[in-house]
Amino acid sequence: MQLTEKHKQYWNINLKISSILLVLWFVVTFVMGWYARELNEISFIGPLGFYMSAQGSLIIYVLIIAYYAYYMNNLDKEYGVHEGELE
Amino acid sequence: MAGQVTQSQFNANLKKYYSFYTGGFVTFVIIVGILEQLGVPNKILGYVFLFATIGLYAGIGFMSKTSEVGEYYVAGRRVPALFNGMATGADWMSAASFIGMAGTLYLSGYDGLAFVLGWTGGYCLVAILLAPYLRKFGQFTIPDFLGARYGGHLPRFIGVIAAITCSFTYVIAQIYGVGIITSRFTGLEFQVGVFVGLAGILVCSFLGGMKAVTWTQVAQYIILIVAYMIPVVWLSVKHTGIPIPQISAYTSSLPKVTALEKEFNDKTTPKGKAEESVRAIFRERAAAATAKLAGLEKDAPAFLAAEKQKLTDKVAALKAEAAPDAKAIEAAEKSVKDFPADAAAAKKAWTAEKGVGARAAPVKAHAEAFAVAGKTPEEIEKNRSIAKKNFLVLIACLMIGTAALPHILMRYYTTPSVHEARVSVFWGLFFIFLLYFTAPALAILAKYEVYSNLVGSSFSALPAWVSNWSTVDKTLMNIADINKDGIVQLAEIVIGGDLIVLATPEIAGLPYVISGLVAAGGLAAALSTADGLLLTIANAMSHDIYYKMIDPNASTVRRIAVSKGLLLVVALTAAYVTSLKPGNILFLVGAAFSLAASGFFPALVMGVFWKRANYLGAVLGMSFGLGICAYYMYLTYPFFGVNGAKWWDINPISAGTFGIPAGFIGIIIGSLISPAPSKEIQELVDHVRYPVLSDGLDTKGV
Repeated sequence: MQLTEKHKQYWNINLKISSILLVLWFVVTFVMGWYARELNEISFIGPLGFYMSAQGSLIIYVLIIAYYAYYMNNLDKEYGVHEGELE
Repeated sequence: MAGQVTQSQFNANLKKYYSFYTGGFVTFVIIVGILEQLGVPNKILGYVFLFATIGLYAGIGFMSKTSEVGEYYVAGRRVPALFNGMATGADWMSAASFIGMAGTLYLSGYDGLAFVLGWTGGYCLVAILLAPYLRKFGQFTIPDFLGARYGGHLPRFIGVIAAITCSFTYVIAQIYGVGIITSRFTGLEFQVGVFVGLAGILVCSFLGGMKAVTWTQVAQYIILIVAYMIPVVWLSVKHTGIPIPQISAYTSSLPKVTALEKEFNDKTTPKGKAEESVRAIFRERAAAATAKLAGLEKDAPAFLAAEKQKLTDKVAALKAEAAPDAKAIEAAEKSVKDFPADAAAAKKAWTAEKGVGARAAPVKAHAEAFAVAGKTPEEIEKNRSIAKKNFLVLIACLMIGTAALPHILMRYYTTPSVHEARVSVFWGLFFIFLLYFTAPALAILAKYEVYSNLVGSSFSALPAWVSNWSTVDKTLMNIADINKDGIVQLAEIVIGGDLIVLATPEIAGLPYVISGLVAAGGLAAALSTADGLLLTIANAMSHDIYYKMIDPNASTVRRIAVSKGLLLVVALTAAYVTSLKPGNILFLVGAAFSLAASGFFPALVMGVFWKRANYLGAVLGMSFGLGICAYYMYLTYPFFGVNGAKWWDINPISAGTFGIPAGFIGIIIGSLISPAPSKEIQELVDHVRYPVLSDGLDTKGV
């Protein structure tokens, strides 16, 4: 079928939120990993660099996925591509 | 959807069943605990755990037996997000995660966290780039998607090859774990243990395919997480008085560990002085071995004869003494007897002896990132940048591999809707996270125990867990009084990584029943992963090759029969290969991740996000990716014996570093030099992008 403007908008918003979350994912993984030694100078529940890689980044991953699921569910409803209640 | 039960009733029933199940399991553990108190021997308790849990999985498998295609391949697509999350957790966490992870972190400190990050962060990619779209596509296997999206048999076929290669490599690592756990806790032979475990895997997947595997994996997740948490929480209470190890390890134990590390490395403190005396002995031994190796290089036969003569002379001299020391004579005679027979044996023995020089190194700080050795500041800087680079690319390969392993992606076909698929990735990562954020804490707690209680204790009164494990298995716990002062120094202890999880119950002073529980947890982790992998392999062969490519008119009965037959063949082959002990588990696991990442990830992601990607692109991308990745592993893994130069110092475990970009480049070039895909395929891409689209397409295929 021909996609409507609304459909295209939905997809663009999806791409935008996906990119934002993936940038966050990249920062807490790779940027923080790169600067682990520098971050270890800061003390936050133990050395910060170590704490982030052992626990902090993991918590952020869980939150990223939770937020994505929540956000997309609302977006589905708003743009009328929601699946509705099952049975 | 089959059955008269609505989805919400089904959910409610599931919650009820699994609550009963969890209660039943706890009761079972308590009963075994009572049996232990009544004096039933440990070996019997080990058997009780082994057979009770395998019997339980078999029971669930039997109750879920099915011969419907939808149930067999995708569990009827009605697995609620929460339960799919638990099944994903069990599917995902293997013997390596359960038993090996904390040990790796104990041994390598910060640098081991690459595995923790890589094996959790990958789910962000699954959630955002793949799971919802695969669910909307909604067929049976991952090669299905490649086949439909890119058209023609070739992309599907390369997908099948990639799926089989990486799953088979990975399943061998799992069955290996099963063999080790069963043999350790029951005293069965390793080979027998492999086949007993295999029986447990097969009853489940054989009878009910994905349906049985899903419900068994939920049960296995519950066992494995309970088994992992109890000892760690207990240990945390013992050390810090706080029952939350994930907090207490960082706030209370880590500072103490760091202080002790400094003390061990400071020769002016009593502990540091004792450590130094051990290290000096190791340095001398290593230097002596180096000298002997040099002598061997010059004139092997003459040198060997001279060395042996020295030892025989020593025996004679000892015997000739006025008051012969029987013990010393015995030791000297033994060294004559053990003297290497030829040059090759001598080289091997002395090279190994030279290796003890590593034990003379100072203690590495647990939290320090990229700690490296080097003679000059420039050399340290260079080695550090290599370590940092490898740390980051390993994370990338593990993450992208996570988002490409077919047995995980397949799970997202089983949820009732796209929204449930998204939520189930959340639950999946949450349940995985529970174990993965505990492992670093356990590593610290165990380290604190070793540094503060074991080091400094007397050899005549070692803690019980140390003497137990050092008699059971020298590769896990090897302790010897090197400097003969009667006191344990850190440099005198060699710990194998797997010890940390296995010995935690004893360290925490818990009864044997908890050790049995931990073994049951490790077994659940290995079995559940093996289940998912075997099913992926059998489905790729039966569904993608047999049904889609060889006989599209095959009846459903026949398709399932073929799948079950293949499952049996694959399982027996895998068990046979495992019983040959092909060695290095980490090699197998790393290879599986890099291969999956290079083969699948570019084609899957581009298939959803780039409409222009087409047949030629997929074929080139997947074969480039797999080819480059496999070639680099062949070139650099010592296993293959080529030992070629590394590219940019990247370790062979991260071969995907080259395979993944090659895959993307292949897709882009291949797609741009050939015409855009057909209108139907472009419509398929739109179809998967929207949870609901009135496009008349139906890709569900049930």
